Amino acid sequence: MHHIDLSSVLRQTVACDLYSNLVTRPTGAAVRDQIERLLDEAHDRTLTVIDFSQVSMIDFSCADEVIAKLLLRYEAANPPREAYFLFRGVTDEHWEAIEAVLERRGLALVLEQADGIHVVGTLTAEERRVWEAVQQLGAAAPAELAKQLGLDPRAIEAALDTLLRRRLVMHVGDDYVVVGAHRGG
Amino acid sequence: MTTVVNVPPSLDDHSFDDVLRQLATVSADEKVLLDARHVRWASPFGLTALLTLAQTRSERPTLAVPELDETASYWARAGFFRYAEELYELRGNYPKRAGSADSNVLLEITSVAKSEDVHDVVGRIQQKAQLMLRELNLDAKATVGFAMTLSEICQNIVEHAGRGGWVMVQTYRWTKRLGRRVVVIAVADAGVGFRQSLESAPGKERSDRWDDAAALEDAVIRGVSRFRDPGRGQGLAGVRRYLGRWDGKLGVRSGTARIAIVPNWDDDVPLAEHLPPFPGAQVQVTIPERGTPQAPQRTSSRTQR
Repeated sequence: MHHIDLSSVLRQTVACDLYSNLVTRPTGAAVRDQIERLLDEAHDRTLTVIDFSQVSMIDFSCADEVIAKLLLRYEAANPPREAYFLFRGVTDEHWEAIEAVLERRGLALVLEQADGIHVVGTLTAEERRVWEAVQQLGAAAPAELAKQLGLDPRAIEAALDTLLRRRLVMHVGDDYVVVGAHRGG
Repeated sequence: MTTVVNVPPSLDDHSFDDVLRQLATVSADEKVLLDARHVRWASPFGLTALLTLAQTRSERPTLAVPELDETASYWARAGFFRYAEELYELRGNYPKRAGSADSNVLLEITSVAKSEDVHDVVGRIQQKAQLMLRELNLDAKATVGFAMTLSEICQNIVEHAGRGGWVMVQTYRWTKRLGRRVVVIAVADAGVGFRQSLESAPGKERSDRWDDAAALEDAVIRGVSRFRDPGRGQGLAGVRRYLGRWDGKLGVRSGTARIAIVPNWDDDVPLAEHLPPFPGAQVQVTIPERGTPQAPQRTSSRTQR
């Protein structure tokens, strides 16, 4: 598992190391480039914690560059690698901008909070229900989920495929787990 | 021949149009004298717009500074003369040094031309904004949104204007209209403006009614950007959301039009067209104090202290 402290990345990418705010598109693009460089050093399949704990604030433009474009790249048809992201240290101060870009781009991500792991952003009701069932079961095969939810196995498989493509769940053996449930790639 | 332009005693986002009206028929290479001797009060919009006005003149203009000591002193503390000295031939007496900082000026006039300037502005405002918004009885949550608003508006200059501009943040008691304190952000540039910026979008099709007002409606109301990327245009949309939550007002002037998101406490028109032309974009954000307002005073006479 990778851990990326965004404030450290920010200090590496802007001229002045006093800045702790993720603001402006050029800064966001530079931070995202640096994250991708760090991912290049990782395995083909990796779980990365993106840590906001030391970031004072993030504006809409920067959230779009750092978060939205990162998620879009790795949920695309041909991503550079199988990368999963868990977002840590996101507070109310960061959430307004993050929520806005997720909504605008139709994206979702997994947040680690004090009370556990949560999926946030844009999902269909069925995707959310399946994600929550996987989380509840810890690790689950499609047949087990179909039984648990009383849904058609094909609908379950379709939802899992989507959640996998969107990097919200990952394979562990024959089972699916939610991102962040098992820390390791 | 020099054209004399009278600057109104109270200079704000609306009365600045009086200045532009006098300049409407004066070509950019003609010498002008802006007579601000009788100005008693100027909003952050008025001060930043005066600087941008000088940028639009090819012949260096002259500015007769306010005669009232306290007004000139305030303009100095706001950082106006620091930039005006480079843009105008200044006539009259004014403090050469800014003197002690003014507690109402949260951010003195600051040049914004590149991304690092936005970092600097946001970094400088954060601590002050927290204290000031508490004084205005606003929730602590308002502070981050305030810094985001400032950041996004300043970025409009960096991304779209094509030349640098200025920002200023100030609090004052708005007795005339509101009867309570407000915090005001003013950002002004003399760049390409909204219409020209949107026209540069690839494949942009102009509607039958395409002018400065239509461009402002596209950008401010519909979140349209000159970039095809659907993630663009979020800045002003976010600013609108923030102001909706805190009962704030957004006014954007560009070219010959001004659009405003008008809260209940104000009686401004949502869209003003056929204004005297002025290049670039000038944005004003006003956030009022929360709580019971004092009775508004029906007087327009104000003096800067």
